[in-house]
Amino acid sequence: MSYRIEGRDGEWEVVVGMEVHAQVVSNAKLFSGASTAFGAPPNSQVSIVDAAFPGMLPVINRECVAQAVRTGLGLNAEINLVSRFDRKNYFYADLPPGYQISQYQHPLVGSGALAIELADGTSKDIGITRLHLEQDAGKSLHDQHAEKSLIDLNRAGVALMEIVSEPDIRSPEEAGAYLRKLRTILRYLGTCDGNMEEGSLRADVNVSVRRPGEPLRTRCEVKNVNSVRFVMQAVEAEARRQIAVWEEGGAVEQETRLFDPARFETRSMRSKEEAHDYRYFPDPDLVPLTLDPAWIEELRAALPELPDAKKARFMAEYGLSAYDASQLVAEAPTAAYFETLARGRRPKTVANFMLGDISAALNRLGHSFASTPLFTTKATGALLDMIEDGTINGRIAKQVIEEMEVSGEGAEAIVERLGLRQVTDTAAIEAAVAEVLARESAKVAEFRAGKEKLFGFFVGQVMKAMGGKGNPALVNDMLKRKLS
Amino acid sequence: MNLTDFGLAAARLALGRREFSARDLTLAHLAAIEALNRRLNAFITVTAEQALAQAAAADAALAKGEGGPLAGIPLAIKDIFCTAGIRTTAASRILGPFVPPYESAVTANLRRDGAVFLGKTNLDEFAMGSSTTSSAFGSTENPWKRRQDPEIRLVPGGSSGGSAAAVAAHLALGATGTDTGGSIRQPASFCGIAGIKPTYGRCSRFGVVAFASSLDHPGPFGRSVEDCAILLRSMAGHDPRDSTSVDVPVPDYPAACARGIRGLRVGVPREYRVEGMAGEIEEMWQSGLGWLREAGATIVDVSLPHTKYGLPTYYIVAPAEASSNLARYDGVRYGLRVPGEDLIDLYERTRGEGFGAEVKRRILMGTYVLSAGYYDAYYLKAQKVRALILKDFTDAFAEVDALLAPTAPSAAFAEGEKTEDPVTMYLNDVFTVPADLAGVPAISVPAGLDADGLPLGLQVIGPPFGEEVVFTVAAALERAAGFAALPAIRAGSPRT
Repeated sequence: MSYRIEGRDGEWEVVVGMEVHAQVVSNAKLFSGASTAFGAPPNSQVSIVDAAFPGMLPVINRECVAQAVRTGLGLNAEINLVSRFDRKNYFYADLPPGYQISQYQHPLVGSGALAIELADGTSKDIGITRLHLEQDAGKSLHDQHAEKSLIDLNRAGVALMEIVSEPDIRSPEEAGAYLRKLRTILRYLGTCDGNMEEGSLRADVNVSVRRPGEPLRTRCEVKNVNSVRFVMQAVEAEARRQIAVWEEGGAVEQETRLFDPARFETRSMRSKEEAHDYRYFPDPDLVPLTLDPAWIEELRAALPELPDAKKARFMAEYGLSAYDASQLVAEAPTAAYFETLARGRRPKTVANFMLGDISAALNRLGHSFASTPLFTTKATGALLDMIEDGTINGRIAKQVIEEMEVSGEGAEAIVERLGLRQVTDTAAIEAAVAEVLARESAKVAEFRAGKEKLFGFFVGQVMKAMGGKGNPALVNDMLKRKLS
Repeated sequence: MNLTDFGLAAARLALGRREFSARDLTLAHLAAIEALNRRLNAFITVTAEQALAQAAAADAALAKGEGGPLAGIPLAIKDIFCTAGIRTTAASRILGPFVPPYESAVTANLRRDGAVFLGKTNLDEFAMGSSTTSSAFGSTENPWKRRQDPEIRLVPGGSSGGSAAAVAAHLALGATGTDTGGSIRQPASFCGIAGIKPTYGRCSRFGVVAFASSLDHPGPFGRSVEDCAILLRSMAGHDPRDSTSVDVPVPDYPAACARGIRGLRVGVPREYRVEGMAGEIEEMWQSGLGWLREAGATIVDVSLPHTKYGLPTYYIVAPAEASSNLARYDGVRYGLRVPGEDLIDLYERTRGEGFGAEVKRRILMGTYVLSAGYYDAYYLKAQKVRALILKDFTDAFAEVDALLAPTAPSAAFAEGEKTEDPVTMYLNDVFTVPADLAGVPAISVPAGLDADGLPLGLQVIGPPFGEEVVFTVAAALERAAGFAALPAIRAGSPRT
């Protein structure tokens, strides 16, 4: 079922392509030795190369190239053995040399593909056009001083990967899924931290609309969208704006726009006429980047298992459903957490417990599987084992989790302290059943007259009488026996 | 004999034998600068204090027998090499009071080997010119005079005119220069000294204020071929900070100067015989070929068919790169800042006041040839022609070991003579530009005087990394030419 927007006079299809700028995880910048750590005091991570002092020259950082190659391999893309750096010339205060070093004509990585999964369970391949390396600019701060703009060059020269997709995306959902999946792959590879709030992953979204079956119409580029949700919203808002333009008899102008999430609308930033002439030309300070195929194979051999492969393995090896497997592989630490817990336990039970009660608890705490100090694999494992060996039942487990959140104690200690051990003593259960049936003699009569729905009521009453600790199976059996 | 009369090689031997101290040698040159620089304007900045400190260090090292290959040798540094703690101007107003906190690779190598830096020499602004008249610090005067007209102020050539004039007038034993379109060889020719532009990638460009990155070649000046060989041996070497620097060992260039040329094949590029070239230049060229033949070389006619496209190609590639390289001078981080209403106004005022006319002309040309719609017709075409020019040399060097040609189409001209029309000025580089485009090594050697008593140079061009054969042929030429004339204006400090 394709996504369509209903216009005034018929349906419209949305066509989207994305350019994602991903900051490369590396200790040093793309062409200088300066540090790339986030959050340092302004202008404390600037080399004289970054500040474009006279006579300073760029020297490529091998690790940044390796990271881009790893990313290309992770996107099943061609790695170009020879690529080249060009200068993109424009003046701006936070661009010290007056040009950005980028790869215009000959990118490091050629075409590849990325599979996205949709809510209806289907998956779709989105083509990757290219990936190239380029420098980030510094930051202009216009709100720190009454008359002056301040410049922070810490980010100037940091390596970015620009990952360009084909215009294969057809809905806000697909746009969101593409960005999420790309982020997952980058995080698995360790080539970009994927942190959109800190700006280490930013998306430029190219949107156009057309009548189904038509050739492509003019697109607009929505720049610098910094969350998955905003990307999805921006696609819809921009598509609706363009539909209105076409339907009113106008024509969409190719331009660069910005998304305003507060107003759910895009605004013009600059038109085609105002577009810069970047005067690209090969950077004469750099020689073409030539890669040794053996080095690429080394990098390929050292790649971690990627999400698609891991998901397939989880389904085959652990017998998980596609949905559960997808959930577990979305973040590498979650998958690792699962595999640790699944050792010697029933995988399906582990998956259910993780994706159910534990996920809910982590959400309440603002923790994640990667970094929770409370629900470590050891603590969660202990809790699971108490359910499995009948020490506590599932309902008590929820209570234990809540108690853990409050007190920070281990599950076993809580069970002991609060006396939450499940009661399997048939004499005790029999006594509780007898007490309930005696007290509820009217309802017993109704039950025996055929109102079988009341069975659940009796179970509840017995469990209540036992402080929730009765073994549910034994309680059921005993009730059935006494009521028959 | 004055201490300023020593050549570099001779001074080195004398210093080693402690015949005089590095301090005395340095003082003699500082005195000569004091006496003559006001007139010649060869130096923008004189660094007497630093020079004496370096001389003292050299004397201490020499006393222990530990001096480097250049211990105590006073040199002049083209003011396009960044020198830590010493103002570096590129002869432009736009750099203002800029003092680099770093040292260029080439000057660091010279310091490592014990050299003494007398100061920073004048040049055409950002090395853009052939006359050292476009400097923001005034023009440099050529120390040579026309016999018939000794009052006329001649240009020293350019862009490294300050360095060439300083070495010619005995204000320094040697100097550094940069050659982008002929900026070492043409001033060497105009000033009657030797100057070599080595292979592209042989000397690091790290810390050299960039004019045209793919064409900028640092190199030395000396009063002899051997002096150049000694200096280049120190200046050259791989530098990981310059991606275009090449990692090949530095040979013993001075040793190459002593070799014979018997059996070498020297090519005569027929396309260098241009129309309108002075008869004296042609005669000098023929003399040079005769000397080499007598010394045992075989002279062979060769063709470099794309030579005539050299100048137009150069005047597309060099301004294109310059227009981008000079974008960093924006008044934001260092150098001159002329405040404006807003950022664009700041740029316009700063660059408007900071750059001279020739620099602006080249930025405009470069911006034009790179702009959308013109790139293919100009820049891309120029790169293709450049590849053909390189192929001309590659083909020629399959036949011959070196080429011999004139360095410049004329002797030194008078200030103002060619500056009216930029294109006439550009024609000065017709013989030097091809070697820059191809990146091959080339040296200019003084070969004789013209009728006015002005020096004329001949140029020996070699294959990539063929500096040794270039030095061998140039030294043979030098021995045969026996060039002993001295410029009218030169140091004459009394012997200490």
